[in-house]
Amino acid sequence: MADVPTDAPEHCPGTTSEQAGKSSACQGCPNQTICASGAAKAPDPAIEEIKLKMATVKHKILVLSGKGGVGKSTFSAHLAHALASDDSKEVGLLDIDICGPSVPKIMGLEGEQEYIYSGWPGGLEDNLAVMSIGFLLGSPDDAVIWRGPKKNGMIKQFLRDVDWGELDYLIVDTPPGTSDEHLSAVQYLSGAGIDGAVIITTPQEVSLQDVRKEIRFCQKVQLPVIGVVENMSAFVCPKCKNTSQIFPPTTGGAQRMCEELGLTLLGKVPLDPRIGRSCDEGKSFLNEVPDSPAAAAYQTIVQSKPVL
Amino acid sequence: MACDWFKLVGAELVDWFIELIGVFCPRDCGLRGRTEVMEESSEEGNLRAVGRVVLVLSGKGGVGKSTITTELALALQHAGKKVGILDVDLCGPSIPRMLGVSQQEVHQCDSGWVPVYADPQQRLALMSIGFLLDDPSEAVVWRGPKKTALIGQFVRDVAWGELDVLLVDTPPGTSDEHLAVLENLRKHRVDGAVLVTTPQAVSIGDVRREITFCKKTGVKILGIVENMSGFVCPHCISLSLSVSLSLYLSLCISLSLSVGSVPLDPLLAESIEEGRDFLQAFPESATYSSLRAIAESVLTRLQD
Repeated sequence: MADVPTDAPEHCPGTTSEQAGKSSACQGCPNQTICASGAAKAPDPAIEEIKLKMATVKHKILVLSGKGGVGKSTFSAHLAHALASDDSKEVGLLDIDICGPSVPKIMGLEGEQEYIYSGWPGGLEDNLAVMSIGFLLGSPDDAVIWRGPKKNGMIKQFLRDVDWGELDYLIVDTPPGTSDEHLSAVQYLSGAGIDGAVIITTPQEVSLQDVRKEIRFCQKVQLPVIGVVENMSAFVCPKCKNTSQIFPPTTGGAQRMCEELGLTLLGKVPLDPRIGRSCDEGKSFLNEVPDSPAAAAYQTIVQSKPVL
Repeated sequence: MACDWFKLVGAELVDWFIELIGVFCPRDCGLRGRTEVMEESSEEGNLRAVGRVVLVLSGKGGVGKSTITTELALALQHAGKKVGILDVDLCGPSIPRMLGVSQQEVHQCDSGWVPVYADPQQRLALMSIGFLLDDPSEAVVWRGPKKTALIGQFVRDVAWGELDVLLVDTPPGTSDEHLAVLENLRKHRVDGAVLVTTPQAVSIGDVRREITFCKKTGVKILGIVENMSGFVCPHCISLSLSVSLSLYLSLCISLSLSVGSVPLDPLLAESIEEGRDFLQAFPESATYSSLRAIAESVLTRLQD
């Protein structure tokens, strides 16, 4: 992990980076000698602290995709809603997309100011807690222009300092890619253990080529893949109910990719414009349009054995 | 030019190594090191003959930055310009496939890396990490500092030659890659940015953050493209998916920044998938007109 001390210079590579104490940015830093000696590279104590904190969380699921805009946040939010519809379950939703936090908007919590720093209770319904950097920004237009080490520090705080309490499920929504946020989530939770990852894709090869990289990432960090969801599978016209292919599965879509890689295809969700509308309005699509093909697909995926 | 050993171990390690032992290559090939590369090819070196530099940004993923970059480049090329694309999305490089050149390799010359050309006349050049991976499914699992270092190399060490416009395709967000591009282009200049959004409020929200990023970093916004602005059902010809059209319009009016809208066109999606030139294949389509108009708008704003 790369930690940035408060007295570090602007381009600090992080105390546990290979370049710690040795990069040009380290000149003049009060911690340079410590970092260069390797003392800072001892296992991060936060891993153990997070392990203790997460002892009351039964299941931890990461929602990943190499590709942006495939519906990770939409899926994370609706998975959380679906799991929380059982009043006996306690669910948490953690948004670690630091630069583009979509979860507050999708959950209808934009502008909520009641999430205080220490303890950070979070909360939407009685049994659904949400945390995102979106709640900590003064204005929705505020840009978080942070390099990797600072983002990693925030993620550590989200995992260690949020008062999650006893949860049956913690869903972690991630940004696209295979970089700092993903490495940090996996490493900080390495003591606590992650049940696995749900990978989201759309049918086109442009998405699948990035998703294959994400699957390789999961293999590299030994993160089990629970399964793959193909989103925006087909467009169902709300007027005439006919189906069109907007995003053509030119290389066989998620189905063929799963067959090739030996993964479970959890389901296919059609592209329904009402999903986007629900997200924009911060409402659960599963409640708004429960009898649509897309809602039915979501419910099937959420109730499937691999996820539960 | 740095010898191959330095390039192999990766830029990040090289900086550390240089600081420890100076500029002597361990293979005794002479006084060849990264520092010397930086002195020889000054910040301006390979960018000397590059005209305008335009970033393509979006706070949001999946809105079509790479698609718009590709189509903008093709439109400018068809208008007679020499165009380069620098793809700094290191985790998800899409442009090689979109231009149908994903099988090609990068070679070296005296000035650095030779970009891949998408056309025989060499009027459309591309550099992407996609060309440096042996296996296209290989994941680039790098933290910020390493990404920053490679982007620095991409900016300095690609022998672009003479270009009218260099487009820089970026990953979503406002982080390492974006800061690395701006820092490394400091001596040349960045002429502006085109922002891409879709109609949904979730996208517009992230694009507002990207606008803040541009303001904070002093990047001029040339305009905002609204991609996937609507879909016409081929069965009943009704328009869908233009969920929050008013949000895009109100954003553009408040900032005087519209450059145009591009509809969701399955023919464009298919062309992108297969690496075909959509503008050449479907010049009669409404999407073609939209893309041409956007290219003209961008060129006009670059002259301002």
